[in-house]
Amino acid sequence: MNKRKIEETFFKGLMHAATIVIVGSLFLILWTVVSKGFHAFNWDMVSKVPEGGFYIGKGGGILNAIIGSVYITVGSALLGLVISIPVVLYLNVYSKKGSRFASATRLAFDVLFGIPSIVYGAFGFTIMVFFGLKTSLLAGIITVTLLIIPILVRAMDEVVRVIPFELSDAAYSLGATRWETAKVLLRQSVPGIITALLLSFGRAIGDAACVLFTAGYTDNIPTSLHQPTATLPLAIFFQLSSPIPEVQERAYAAALILTVIVLIISIAAKYFSKKFSKNKI
Amino acid sequence: MINLAPHISVKNLNVYIGDAHILKNISIDIPDKKVTSFIGPSGCGKTTLLKTFNRLLDRQNDVRIEGQVLVDGEDLYGKDTEVTHIRKKMGLLSQRPFPLPMSIYDNIAYGPRIHGIKNKKKLNELVEHHLRSTALWDEVKDRLHSPATRLSIGQQQRLCLARGLAVEPEIILGDEPTSALDPVSTQRIEELFLQLKDKYTLVLVTHILRQARRVSDYIAFIYMGEIIEFGLTEELLLNPKEQLTKDYIKGFIS
Amino acid sequence: MNIRIVKDKAVKNIFLLLTVSSVLLVVLIFIGLYYKSVPILHSTSLSHLLFSSEWKPSKAQFGFAAFIAGTLWVTLIAIVIALPLSLLCAIYLSQYAPRRLTRFLNPLIDLLSGIPPVVYGVWGVLVVVPFIQEHVAPHFVEYSSGYSVLAGGVVLAIMIFPLIINILGEVFANVPKELSEASLSIGATQWQTIKYVLLKKSRPGIVAAVVLAISRAFGETIAVLMVCGNIPESPHSVFDSCYPLPALIANNYGEMMSVPLYDSALMFAALILFVIIFLFNAGSRIILNRLERRMN
Repeated sequence: MNKRKIEETFFKGLMHAATIVIVGSLFLILWTVVSKGFHAFNWDMVSKVPEGGFYIGKGGGILNAIIGSVYITVGSALLGLVISIPVVLYLNVYSKKGSRFASATRLAFDVLFGIPSIVYGAFGFTIMVFFGLKTSLLAGIITVTLLIIPILVRAMDEVVRVIPFELSDAAYSLGATRWETAKVLLRQSVPGIITALLLSFGRAIGDAACVLFTAGYTDNIPTSLHQPTATLPLAIFFQLSSPIPEVQERAYAAALILTVIVLIISIAAKYFSKKFSKNKI
Repeated sequence: MINLAPHISVKNLNVYIGDAHILKNISIDIPDKKVTSFIGPSGCGKTTLLKTFNRLLDRQNDVRIEGQVLVDGEDLYGKDTEVTHIRKKMGLLSQRPFPLPMSIYDNIAYGPRIHGIKNKKKLNELVEHHLRSTALWDEVKDRLHSPATRLSIGQQQRLCLARGLAVEPEIILGDEPTSALDPVSTQRIEELFLQLKDKYTLVLVTHILRQARRVSDYIAFIYMGEIIEFGLTEELLLNPKEQLTKDYIKGFIS
Repeated sequence: MNIRIVKDKAVKNIFLLLTVSSVLLVVLIFIGLYYKSVPILHSTSLSHLLFSSEWKPSKAQFGFAAFIAGTLWVTLIAIVIALPLSLLCAIYLSQYAPRRLTRFLNPLIDLLSGIPPVVYGVWGVLVVVPFIQEHVAPHFVEYSSGYSVLAGGVVLAIMIFPLIINILGEVFANVPKELSEASLSIGATQWQTIKYVLLKKSRPGIVAAVVLAISRAFGETIAVLMVCGNIPESPHSVFDSCYPLPALIANNYGEMMSVPLYDSALMFAALILFVIIFLFNAGSRIILNRLERRMN
């Protein structure tokens, strides 16, 4: 065996090792969360709000945080869609292919995508102060919407962009206006939109830094947009920092709940994007 | 039909990509130190056949290869065959020149260095020699260390040829090597091929009939993954035995 | 005029307005954070803010040096761990691994990017911190709580694996395969081809991926906050605790309105993060876009 072969074998070995470490870390994390969380899990966790003495280890659950997270996630995803679908259509239908405006806009969304949630949180906070809002469900939804708009725009743009030219040409040649053509493209990309939506769900439900500033925390399930709300990530975060073991245990169970939700969302997103690529024209 | 000692000998070769049967039971002996051209309509499998010779084909996904390709009697697809030393025996010219991301000098020196030549003087000699043999030396001798991508596309293709020659191959494979070039550059490459055939076995894929006629000694006509006819250039072009070959030469099939 | 045409025009203008205003968000964030930072910038010089490590909010002493050092340390450790591993993994997946294996592994790597930061934090507290405290640190230092630069770096490294691997995968896919074939046909081994051709051709893309990863690591908040100890001093070794900027912001939002200038100081911290991350992101995206365009 010569030197070249030895070098190649050596680096191939390193590559195997690196890949095993990376994939292994995923399983290690999942295993830790499941084994620790399963032990601490009980049905009260998902069916009850905190009762008196919850934070010193007495009864109750984190239904308030689960519902709060769902409200924030669904609310911001809907609001995000209302803003991002027009953006994507504008980029792909109304602006010319390869236009400077379109590429600058795409770059801006790439950059916004990279801005960390703590900055969005801090910015959301300055807006709240500016408009005199209190920490509330509404403020949380608005801030998380800012966070997920870039995710939605990028994911949908990727899908709409690869719809063959011929489809829009066909619509135009029937005398359709751009708006009518846009609607055709939109129908064509429904599975892509669902995938984007699920991606943004995953990000929104797991994010803590944004809601820390803006949504507040409470033991009750909010009944209006102006009430503060608990969220799952913060429920985990606060309970883990408690010195009482029973409360820490609940953090593990809450982490399990959040992980399961996120995994389901991820797998659903994979399923939809696969399904879509099969129907691609 | 062909009595010369074969350099590459293909036996019952079948290639599948996914479910498609791309090459069907190919058997052909490529003669030593001659120019052999594969002609045929696009998509007929001629490039695929060429790529089985240096085993670049099996880098692709979903490829299944059955049969034998013998180079100097050694089976390319044998279990213990070491690919790199067989690839070293063959220079490759692709459709478009692809200079490596380094200087002109390093492009030529890349191969010798990989194969263990470290001596500066020896490398300098090799670089000069091969640049001269591809008639590039006078054009680039003052800028050997500038990036190869700054050369014109015709120069780049000659550089790629020189790069291939620098590892002292025995065979040169050309996959429509002039298709991206202007007529003048094409002519220079063709001239080089004619000079090279004293020392090397050349296998070309081309869709230009007249080019095949100008440069090759033998022609194989491939259609729908099969070799329809194989013979001396003049014979095949002037007196084709098969109806399909006749139709292709007359331009009925393309 | 035809009502369809009118509708088309109206829709166009609404869409344009939404597009422009969402792009303007970048500018708005800057203005918003800057506006809130003005008070602290008036009371303290910029160089003092950045280079002093005097941090006594109640005495109106705001020096960010320790926090900046903490951010840099954690980021550095994360990149040092993540880059070689991700690079090797990306090379393996794109050059060596059989298709069936990549089809299995890619979704798993994507899952890694889907796990919420707070869950990474929990895992860090449960596994990484005790491991460092009991098994790693004793070999090097007298005592470490485990809540350390290293713990933050390890957790962050795992969080940025998918980012680097995905971008490198795209960068490698953009290198024309004929280039590798040219090298292979000369008789180079696969590894030599990777070393001299693929990696060389991908260098700008690799740089861009690293820069993106750095900016991601800079801004990560909750996961790092949970494992790095949060002591406002510059760390002297990787086993010391540290206090990165995002953690500072997140930990003190509650009391920032009750201490004068505190809120302004924290918003200034957010502004620093924003500016650095903006520049890094814009730079690397421009490089990546250029690469992609050149290849097509």
